[in-house]
Amino acid sequence: MTGTISPIVTDKWQLWTVIVALGLGTFFLRYSFLGLIGDRPLPPIVLKVLRYTPVAVIPGLIAPAVLWPAATGGETDPARLAAAVVTVLTGVVTRNLLLAILAGVSTLYLAPWLI
Amino acid sequence: MTFSLSSPVGRAFLRGLVTSLPFLLVVVPFGLVFGVVATSAGMTLFETMAFSVIVVAGAAQFAAVQLIQEGAPLLIVILTALAVNLRMAMYSAALAPHLGATSAPVRALLAYSLMDQCFVASMVEYERRPTATVAEKAAFFFGIAVPICPLWYVATWAGVVFGQTIPPEYALDFAVPIAFLATISPLLRGRANLAAAAVSVGVTLALWWMPYSTGLLVAAAAAMATGAIVETLTERQKEPRS
Repeated sequence: MTGTISPIVTDKWQLWTVIVALGLGTFFLRYSFLGLIGDRPLPPIVLKVLRYTPVAVIPGLIAPAVLWPAATGGETDPARLAAAVVTVLTGVVTRNLLLAILAGVSTLYLAPWLI
Repeated sequence: MTFSLSSPVGRAFLRGLVTSLPFLLVVVPFGLVFGVVATSAGMTLFETMAFSVIVVAGAAQFAAVQLIQEGAPLLIVILTALAVNLRMAMYSAALAPHLGATSAPVRALLAYSLMDQCFVASMVEYERRPTATVAEKAAFFFGIAVPICPLWYVATWAGVVFGQTIPPEYALDFAVPIAFLATISPLLRGRANLAAAAVSVGVTLALWWMPYSTGLLVAAAAAMATGAIVETLTERQKEPRS
């Protein structure tokens, strides 16, 4: 992991802004329809777009960390790349979160011995 | 509220508790790693605990800390982590027909503890028992949430306190990508999901030159639109045949 500390962490005011804003924002997202709209139906187009948020955000979020990990100074690491591929394949085939994590972690630790 | 474990509401709560057991195995390592990652980003025990207690959303917390470590500015950290949590609005919408009739304080508690696990397990239960009362449905939901939330706090605490003894050879930095990939890979089925994931990765990497991961927000919006469009096109293709 990187040794430098972000100004957000050193400036306590900024860090607490992140914590409180995320807390309030997340609560609002969770409360939104349940609390304010109750049991009235939603336009289907809204639901259709929202359905893709996990697969739209998370792959992009971690792709750079898979290809150019900070821990290796941004150089592609075969062990990390292999672990990512094995995790995805196990998850897609078994649809089991725990199995996917176990397969990915085993690959990460075993790959340096095998490559 | 009078509460007996042998009443229908009590039994629904117990069913929730039993259903939550396998989830606990996922929550503990996820919480531990959050504690470790937040500490190595320079956060104190109190700040890290506040994060887990106030936000209670693993994926968004990881996203925030990852961007903080990359040196992203305040607004980008907040917007991206909230984008990760946009799915919660979808969960909220899907639960509203089942739980929307509960009292306002109960709905606030439901919202606070609304996590991926509570949502998925509850939707399966409501489909299985469509005649359950609103109170039974809420009790089942809380049966899942009551063990998971405190365990999330405790695991975070343990990660902060014991995590620093873990040596760098264990490549803990990579626990977060693995946890994220494992969470979404069961969803990677069908053309629409695959297209959305491909656009998300492709556009993020293509826009990597943009400062502070702002390309990710563009990529996420493009990927959501792609998913919805591909789904619509796939439905249209199927219609004449059915």
